[in-house]
Amino acid sequence: MKNILLLSLCLPLLVWAQQTPADPQSESILISGITAHIGNGTIIENAAIGFDKGILTYVGAAESAPASYSKTIAGNEQHAYPGFIGMNTTLGLVEIDAVRATDDEDELGEMLPHVRAAIAYNAESQVVESVRPNGVLLAQVAPRGGRISGSSSVMQLDAWNWEDALVKADEGIHLHWPSPFKRGRWWLGEDPSLKRDEDYDSDVEELAEYFANAKAYRNSHRPKHLPYHALKGVFDGSQRVYVHADYSEEIKESIEQLIKWGVQKIAIVGGHEAPKQLVLLKKHQIPVIIPRPHRLPADEDEALKSTFELGATLVEAGLTVAIEMSGRMERMNTRNLPFYAGSFAAYGVPYEKAVALLTANPAKILGIDQEVGTLEVGKKATLFLSKGDALDMRTNILSHAFIDGRELSLESHQTKLYKRYSKKVN
Amino acid sequence: MRNLLFGFFLLLGMELMAQSYYPTNLGTKTENSHYQAFTGVILHPQPGKTVENATLLIQKGIVVAAGTQIKIPKNTVIRKLTGQHVYPSFIDLYSSFGIAKAQSKTGQGRSTQYKASQEGGYWNDHILGNYQAVTDYSYDKEAAETYREAGFGIVNTHREDGIHRGTGLLVALTDDRTENDRILDATSSAFFSFSKSKQSNQSYPSSVMGSMALLRQLYHDADWYAGGNSPTKDLDLEAVLDQKSLPKIFEATDKLNVLRGAKVSRDMGLDWILKGSGQEYEQLQELKKYGNALVLPLNFPKPYDVNDPELLDKITLSQMRDWNLAPTNPAKVAATNISFAFTMDGLDDSSSFLENLRRSVANGLSKAKAIAALTTVPAKLIRQSNRLGVLKPKAWANFIITSGPLFDLDTKILDHYVKGNRHKINDIKQQDIDGKYSLQLGSHSLQLKLENSSQEDEIELTVTEGDVEWESSLKYENGKINLSLSSPDGLSAILEANIEQSSRIAGTGIDLQGNPIQWEANQKTKDNKERFLVFEPVATTFPNNGFGFKTPPQQQRLLFKNATVWTNEVEGILTNADVLIGNGKVLDVGKNLSDASATVIDATGKHLTSGIIDEHSHIAASSINEGGHNSSAEVTIEDVVDPDDIDIYRNLAGGVTTIQILHGSANPIGGRSAIIKLKWGASVEKMLFPNADPFIKFALGENVKQSNWGSYNRFPQTRMGVEQVFVDYFQRAKEYGKAWTQYNQLTGRQKRSAKKPRYDIEMETLWEILEGKRFISCHSYVQSEINMLMKVAERFGVRVNTFTHILEGYKVADIMATHGAAGSTFSDWWAYKYEVKDAIAYNGAIMHRAGVNVAFNSDDAEMSRRLNQEAAKAVKYGGISEEDAWKFVTLNPAKMLHLDDRIGSIKIGKHADLALWSGHPMSVYSKAEKTLIDGVIYYDAERANAQLDVIAEEKKILIAQMAQAANNGMTTQAPINSEKREFHCETLD
Repeated sequence: MKNILLLSLCLPLLVWAQQTPADPQSESILISGITAHIGNGTIIENAAIGFDKGILTYVGAAESAPASYSKTIAGNEQHAYPGFIGMNTTLGLVEIDAVRATDDEDELGEMLPHVRAAIAYNAESQVVESVRPNGVLLAQVAPRGGRISGSSSVMQLDAWNWEDALVKADEGIHLHWPSPFKRGRWWLGEDPSLKRDEDYDSDVEELAEYFANAKAYRNSHRPKHLPYHALKGVFDGSQRVYVHADYSEEIKESIEQLIKWGVQKIAIVGGHEAPKQLVLLKKHQIPVIIPRPHRLPADEDEALKSTFELGATLVEAGLTVAIEMSGRMERMNTRNLPFYAGSFAAYGVPYEKAVALLTANPAKILGIDQEVGTLEVGKKATLFLSKGDALDMRTNILSHAFIDGRELSLESHQTKLYKRYSKKVN
Repeated sequence: MRNLLFGFFLLLGMELMAQSYYPTNLGTKTENSHYQAFTGVILHPQPGKTVENATLLIQKGIVVAAGTQIKIPKNTVIRKLTGQHVYPSFIDLYSSFGIAKAQSKTGQGRSTQYKASQEGGYWNDHILGNYQAVTDYSYDKEAAETYREAGFGIVNTHREDGIHRGTGLLVALTDDRTENDRILDATSSAFFSFSKSKQSNQSYPSSVMGSMALLRQLYHDADWYAGGNSPTKDLDLEAVLDQKSLPKIFEATDKLNVLRGAKVSRDMGLDWILKGSGQEYEQLQELKKYGNALVLPLNFPKPYDVNDPELLDKITLSQMRDWNLAPTNPAKVAATNISFAFTMDGLDDSSSFLENLRRSVANGLSKAKAIAALTTVPAKLIRQSNRLGVLKPKAWANFIITSGPLFDLDTKILDHYVKGNRHKINDIKQQDIDGKYSLQLGSHSLQLKLENSSQEDEIELTVTEGDVEWESSLKYENGKINLSLSSPDGLSAILEANIEQSSRIAGTGIDLQGNPIQWEANQKTKDNKERFLVFEPVATTFPNNGFGFKTPPQQQRLLFKNATVWTNEVEGILTNADVLIGNGKVLDVGKNLSDASATVIDATGKHLTSGIIDEHSHIAASSINEGGHNSSAEVTIEDVVDPDDIDIYRNLAGGVTTIQILHGSANPIGGRSAIIKLKWGASVEKMLFPNADPFIKFALGENVKQSNWGSYNRFPQTRMGVEQVFVDYFQRAKEYGKAWTQYNQLTGRQKRSAKKPRYDIEMETLWEILEGKRFISCHSYVQSEINMLMKVAERFGVRVNTFTHILEGYKVADIMATHGAAGSTFSDWWAYKYEVKDAIAYNGAIMHRAGVNVAFNSDDAEMSRRLNQEAAKAVKYGGISEEDAWKFVTLNPAKMLHLDDRIGSIKIGKHADLALWSGHPMSVYSKAEKTLIDGVIYYDAERANAQLDVIAEEKKILIAQMAQAANNGMTTQAPINSEKREFHCETLD
């Protein structure tokens, strides 16, 4: 441990500009002597991983690895994981929460399927570079607000600009299902208690009509209607609808309605009360992207660790589960994503399945599982090495990280200041 | 007879309207000095006393005699009321009768108002001491009738506006008189609350603790003013002094504020009468200790509608319990012998007052105490015992005549006399015959439904045969019923009857075929509206919510065997070690310990540590910021600790045992903090850490400059201004201290001629800092301001004890180490505002290596339950050793709070505040299994888990009760879940 620290303390002079995106992989690399967490629920002890031109060419027992690689990295019993994938993040859309000028996450209006998060993504965000050293290498970047917020895209987190960060553009549409309940705004003197929202039915009807129109639009296309046009993909399955819903009734109603409206692929984002709808979720194979466990229970009678137990409940039910980032201080907290999975593991999700919450499962939901999400030959070499268990904060200490075989910098604005002031103060 | 009598009284009333010394324009100036006697009554002259066949004799609105064997003068109008009951009419001490609501001040615009608008009075607009409600009073005939119908003849009314609301007046609710008759006392009592006046936007106080401080300061100022020390006039302070001997009534809006009112009352020696919350049943021990008289509402919650399971699911057990237990509140308060009165305030439907009164009696309140709470107790509290609340000679002739014993369900108030003036309430002959009846008319089996029969001319009848409705009409007058029915095929019947009893109506008539008949209708079900069930009350717990204890947990003698023990002492981390605790202390630490009397806990494979200490918490408080001024040193979080907060239990589940609840960061000089042990279920007094050094919150940067919200007119708006705030206040405190020191050195004789300095709670607090008796924990972010505060403090000979947040501490760690300030920081928060742009996760490590005492804190109700994992981030970011990292959340914060001689490590003699972890305490996979404070197990993971079933089971019982209540005709309410607010530094109250 101390040695690594010392080593890294010596490095800064050499790697000052390391936040510059890495060059394409120039030579084939074999990492051996590692424990490989494949991402799909399996693990290979004493493994080796080889990759060339950004593609995995070998994943298996260390002793069987071919010797043909130009460069070998001694794994030193480290753990290899597929690059972790942050779901429903706003990385790169806001730099500093309180500074409005840096906030590009929420556009004016209610029905904005045509609004695209990808083009506002700031590839040079200091927050983005701070999440990579903890293993988060890919992110679904999504807009916030409104009834239909817009489209999300998958980005890789070591890029010059949004365009070369794109892994999959506009892969999903984010819909906030109307809530059957509402609260008064206490700060305006209203009763803050939760009650039925009388507008609920009309809100759903409005949405139904919107989807009906968007569907009808596919047959005409004239005159061009930007929002309806942007919804095309949800009817042919090329885009997923991410339904933000927490209450049981929202989950049930949204799934039933969206299927009726002809939507092909659905995922629930949130799902605090998903355990009440397991049968329905299972029946339609709806993935659930659950919130950070670092939330308080909904009320004082709820199990103290209900938010931690949600993971196991859904995983045990056989659903495809991933973890989403929305909430307070969500961007900077993206670096804690691995520990959310660790927390779900602490409360019942078997370890390798907890790894899958950050790798295979989100890749599958995003439709990029042919390329990333697991360490399998033929997929992209997007992975990292950690000195120990990457889901536990004590041992999540990265030595290397690769995106498409490119070895990226693990430095950041934070490490830069650390080094500078360590010298000043000590 | 009745009409005649009524006419006579009307006349009598008219005559009495004229005051004896008023000129009259009538032909003759006469005065009625006749007596009135009510004979044959069952008289209840005072609580617990009943006189059968009694006579009540009154004259000119005053009782002349009450009892038996009363000599009736010749000029007496006698009213014979055989079998009817007479009670003194009720007194409501808490009312806003006849006083227009205060008008809200509008048009504040963008700027906040800091200065008072009023002149001539106190510096704060919310102190309306000089206001007299009588100046705005006008008799409200309709409201008076509502009161009288519920039995109230006297109200003590005031304007519900302000923290000091000025005085109220005592009014007799009698129509057809003048105010000269009605106003019994124009300044009967003074009223108080913690809520600000609507008439002013002056921002101070913005919190409950600010209101409490303001009230205390007001009374200090009044004392000082009384000594002739003020160079200027203050009409409010003069009013406060004038009110010294008046009864004082404080309105609390919730159960915690009841105790807070009691506290202010005790601190200032005020003997306030507290208008309660209805949840006193949870606070009986404490209320008994304070001993204040109470005014209790009878606005029991309605049962929740159980037909919306999704919404019902969001109702907490404590909400459901309150529905079940509220009707037992009066009985439980009565059992403590606390003196209490009832008020009608808070009831949205005044007709439910008697119903709820009866419900209280059905739930165990003695009838005598119930009557006393409406008559003698309020009379005594308002200092009118001889004239109100009793029926004895010289008392006002205020009484109700009822059809039966007051607490019988069917009993109605018939007449209400106020100052001898009669008000009819219910017609005695007009029996309530509401209900469903069956009537056999030839071959037709009819259902009759009668409603509103007790209201004259408003009776409604529905007649059905199966699903078919018949046309019908009904007249019900003078106890006689006339009914006509038309069958669907056009035949008619006419029926009549004299009502003798409501269960069976029988009489004569003509049937559908035109033949005379005898008929009877039998009551099948009585209308439900007056009925209620008495439900088995559920047990209260400590605290009274789902995870509360049935009985408070006790201190134990325990021996933890074979644990990995993180001592935080030179012994370091011991493996396979034992720890013995008893009497709340650590008794022994070592290997192979044994103790015959201790319960052994096998800790094999587990880790035992001292409990986590959170230097910066905002849980367990009802308010966090007093942002109304740029300094609020006069407020204290100790005033607003919320001992029932579920976050206490959730924190215990994270191994936390001691927290400092800090004031927020709304202003440079914040309020005093509360250091508490998380003794779930204990009272606030027992939670407060005994003999802890006192602390105060300071703050710097964007929050105190109000950079991130729309306020542009409070000084300071820049970091330059922030410095001057501290310099100014420290300088003033220094001069304040000097003035008092000089004054205190004077001889008694010199003092008499000297001007006494004004006692100022805020300055007292700041003076304590200068004297080294109170310590600073300062919210801080960027290096410039951190350095600045150290320099200002040094100028005044003060050391900044702790910088909290301190996210750029790493940039000035060397300066901090020299100054001797500790750093209590976040493990990895940043990027949420501009001043944390350079916040780095390595901050703790750098400060630690520079020799600064470092802690990780939460400032967050969620994070505080996993501070063990935050400590692990010191290992990850910066490579701090595990042993040292663990001290970031235990020993180091104990040092910051000057409590390391008692807590923060496992050492013989220290408090047995421990956490037993399932594994390595800093692992993401470990859980606290047991958390102990002073040797008491306050959290046990197994118990917490089992409690979920207990909660579900009790909810099931209560839901069944509520369903039964609804089926029985009780009005229900939609389930509403009250959101619990979460506090952070930036929460504005």
